[in-house]
Amino acid sequence: MRRFLLRRLAAIPLTLVAVSALVFAATELIPGDVARAILGREASESAVRALRVQLGLDRPAATRYVDWLGGFVTGRWGDSYTLKVPVRDLVLDRLGASLLLALLAFVLLVPVAVTLGLVAGINHDRPADRVISVTGLTFGATPEFVTGVILLVVFSVKLRWLPASAQIPPDASPVEALNHLLLPALSLVILCTGYVARHVRASTVTAVESAYARAAELRGFTRAQVVRRHVLRNATVPATSALGVQLQFLLGGLVAVELLFNYPGIGALLLQSAIDKDLPTLQTTAMVLGILYMLVVLGADVVYRVLDPRVRLGVAAR
Amino acid sequence: MSGERGLRVDGLTVAYETARGPVEAVSDVSFEVAAGETYGLVGESGCGKTTLGRALGRHLPRGGAITGGRVSVDGTDVLALAPAELRRWRASSLAVVHQEAGSALDPTMRIGAQLAEVLRLQGRTRREARMQVPRLLDRVRLPDPEAIARRYPHQLSGGQQQRVVIAQALAARPRLLVLDEPTTGLDATVQHEILGLIWALRAELGAAVVFISHDLALVGRLCDRVGVLYAGRLIEEGPAGEVLATPRHPYTSALLASAPQLGRTRRTHPLAAIPGRPPAPGEAGTGCAFAPRCTYADDTCRAGLPPLDMVSGRRTVRCHHAANLIDLSHDGPAARAEPTAVDGGGRLLEIQGLTRHYGGTPVVDDVDLTINRGEVLGLVGESGSGKTTLARAVAGLGPQGSGVIRLDGRELAAGVGRRDARIRRAVQMVFQNPDASLNPSHTVRTVLARARRSLRGTLAPGELAARADLDAYLLDSRTDRLSGGQKQRVAIARAFAGDPELVVCDEPVSALDVSVQAGVLRLLADQQRRTRTSYLFISHDLAVVGYLADRIAVMYRGQIVEQGPADDVLAGPHHPYTASLVEASLAPLGKADAYAVGDVTAKDAVGCRFAARCPLRVDGLCENEDPPLITLANDHTVRCHLDATGLPEATALEGET
Repeated sequence: MRRFLLRRLAAIPLTLVAVSALVFAATELIPGDVARAILGREASESAVRALRVQLGLDRPAATRYVDWLGGFVTGRWGDSYTLKVPVRDLVLDRLGASLLLALLAFVLLVPVAVTLGLVAGINHDRPADRVISVTGLTFGATPEFVTGVILLVVFSVKLRWLPASAQIPPDASPVEALNHLLLPALSLVILCTGYVARHVRASTVTAVESAYARAAELRGFTRAQVVRRHVLRNATVPATSALGVQLQFLLGGLVAVELLFNYPGIGALLLQSAIDKDLPTLQTTAMVLGILYMLVVLGADVVYRVLDPRVRLGVAAR
Repeated sequence: MSGERGLRVDGLTVAYETARGPVEAVSDVSFEVAAGETYGLVGESGCGKTTLGRALGRHLPRGGAITGGRVSVDGTDVLALAPAELRRWRASSLAVVHQEAGSALDPTMRIGAQLAEVLRLQGRTRREARMQVPRLLDRVRLPDPEAIARRYPHQLSGGQQQRVVIAQALAARPRLLVLDEPTTGLDATVQHEILGLIWALRAELGAAVVFISHDLALVGRLCDRVGVLYAGRLIEEGPAGEVLATPRHPYTSALLASAPQLGRTRRTHPLAAIPGRPPAPGEAGTGCAFAPRCTYADDTCRAGLPPLDMVSGRRTVRCHHAANLIDLSHDGPAARAEPTAVDGGGRLLEIQGLTRHYGGTPVVDDVDLTINRGEVLGLVGESGSGKTTLARAVAGLGPQGSGVIRLDGRELAAGVGRRDARIRRAVQMVFQNPDASLNPSHTVRTVLARARRSLRGTLAPGELAARADLDAYLLDSRTDRLSGGQKQRVAIARAFAGDPELVVCDEPVSALDVSVQAGVLRLLADQQRRTRTSYLFISHDLAVVGYLADRIAVMYRGQIVEQGPADDVLAGPHHPYTASLVEASLAPLGKADAYAVGDVTAKDAVGCRFAARCPLRVDGLCENEDPPLITLANDHTVRCHLDATGLPEATALEGET
């Protein structure tokens, strides 16, 4: 396990260099002049030129890349062009907010999706399975901003149970904070449940029909005992990779939900900095998200190894 | 009925729900197995034996239902039990061991926990269960039970896994033990050990034992009585020894004739495959289900179902001609012996110092091997001995390493990609699993036409198919529609589409039923006789290799420990490992195993690889020094420290008498 972790951790810097090159190249390709964008259409050509020199944009791309990467690695992330605050404060603040929302959604998602998947798998091809599978597919195919709008209209506008904005007031109690986050989190759970439940269902069917489940039943165990002792673990292990994919999505791809619920997350920051050509913010945000992705993938693999002795101990160890 | 001990099956009928309505998979089967007795159920795949086995535990797959009859065990009417009673009965009185033990164990639970779970179900406390686990493992003769209990299933070998499953079966004191092909897929020596264990335990248990297998000879060695199942009906029943020696039903006789036996070769006893296949459930007509495949069938057979008649005190046969067909001795007249002469065409394939590694472990270790022109070289060894890696190296596949392979005196490149087209056409391969080696979306015609083009063959697909005894109507079937035997015939036809000089056959019949295997072996023999192509024929089954091979090489842990003319290698004097293989396929069960399989995972490359298992080991010598290669007779070499007089010989070998 330690060797595995070391090997995987060692691979992260290499991947990051590749990611940084892609991120940098992509930001270079954004059309339009950065200095012009900052100063506005009315600014004089000489002022724009001066700003470009000041920002170092007149230097060759390779130099700027090396400078930027060096700065990123050593923690000098610079200031935002448009907001004039340190990028680090901005990104970490938004990242914290996004993590909070993503983790809440994830914590709600796991039990719901795994339970539904198990129920569907154990009753496969029966009505319960059909209902769960079709519902999951339907919700999965509905964009999160559509379900989000419906949730908003019902729970916030009509019933007035929950606030419409996800922005948490600074002096909010934990319960209030939860109230603010519940609607966006729910719209994400509704979106992701079908996908995870399908994975769990498939591995549950395999486990239920396996020879070891059959053997246990022949030994006189009840169906419930067989499910609890043999099906549960074998069915959920393969689902960890599906959950990892969902967590990645929740951490980075929430632009629509953040905008809809007016939530200050990192997705909205990424979008805004791209529109504003705020290069330091854009590049740093992209890199931080990249690191987060890799850690989530690694985390999912580690969980898989912990849960599955065949992977943990190696098949070759006979 | 209460008070009676053992299993009693009366008129048991099982049907599956299909689109065409219910079809019977098991029809009106009745038999009894006394407590302490072992009853063998035999038949080809699709005869209903597994369904019958599952019906005994009232545990049928979806869509299956018992539609008639009675099953009682020690007086308990199993089919009348309410669900909760059924569970209690299973927990206390039933034990089932299936094929492929590995899949019957939960991969995420330690062995100890899986055994403890069963013990807990028997009402033991957590503590008692924990205490008893090592004792159970010890009962199935697993060394170091404490260590085994801490392992996960994938950390055990196939034989060890099967022992654990048997240990689970012993946790209760079962009154009925159902063993469904418990040794299929295991190496000969391991199979011998497991059977020995079952043999020993059945006396200890005093339970009714039902042993299901497609292997009649195996059943004969283990069981007291045997029932032969065909198309869901018992067609012959009686004491195992009598049924095997003097079969009274043509099907039983045909099954026996299709099984290869040590000491019988393709030249002296060509195998007789049973033509066709058993009818699928619901397919059989009104008459005798075997009539379409039976050489003795007449209008009477096709008109009405024969009754199960008592032919002597203890034997019953379901055949209209049972009275007339007394002599069905499966030997038949020994076919006129073909000339054994291998044409002196000289050496075709020479392998020198071949070494291949997987992850630092030498899998093929400094192997020298020669195949002459027109010769079949049989390569035997247990799984993990490196025989497949060796075969793949000859075909230019797998990892690269050192050593020289020459074909016709020309050195071959190690990788198939760097061999020229002529060489690639000259060396063909038939794989164990035709499902994986044939494109399932191609028709047979496409497969053969493509092979003809790439191998520059001259024969049309139809002709190639005909030579492989494939019916013409199959030419336009997709390969995934074919049976296992048909697929393997296509694979063989493809290998012979050009004009190969060497065909490498890697366990080509291991996945096939006995009766189908006979047909494929016969085809391989026919093709060889016609084309004089050389074979490198690999199998873990000594009888199969003995049937086909002119010369035999025995491989153990990466080394060739013996090679020579087939008869000499089998009869001995031979290497102690070869002796263990011969013993495993011939020696009676229940006698102490001289050749403990043990846990042979040592990776040391010093001394004789077989030393740890060898009963003839010279302590201090064998485990420390590499054995020399000694020549016993012309072309017969053994890698052993013993001299020719000290080497074992086979005593029980049924030769050409």
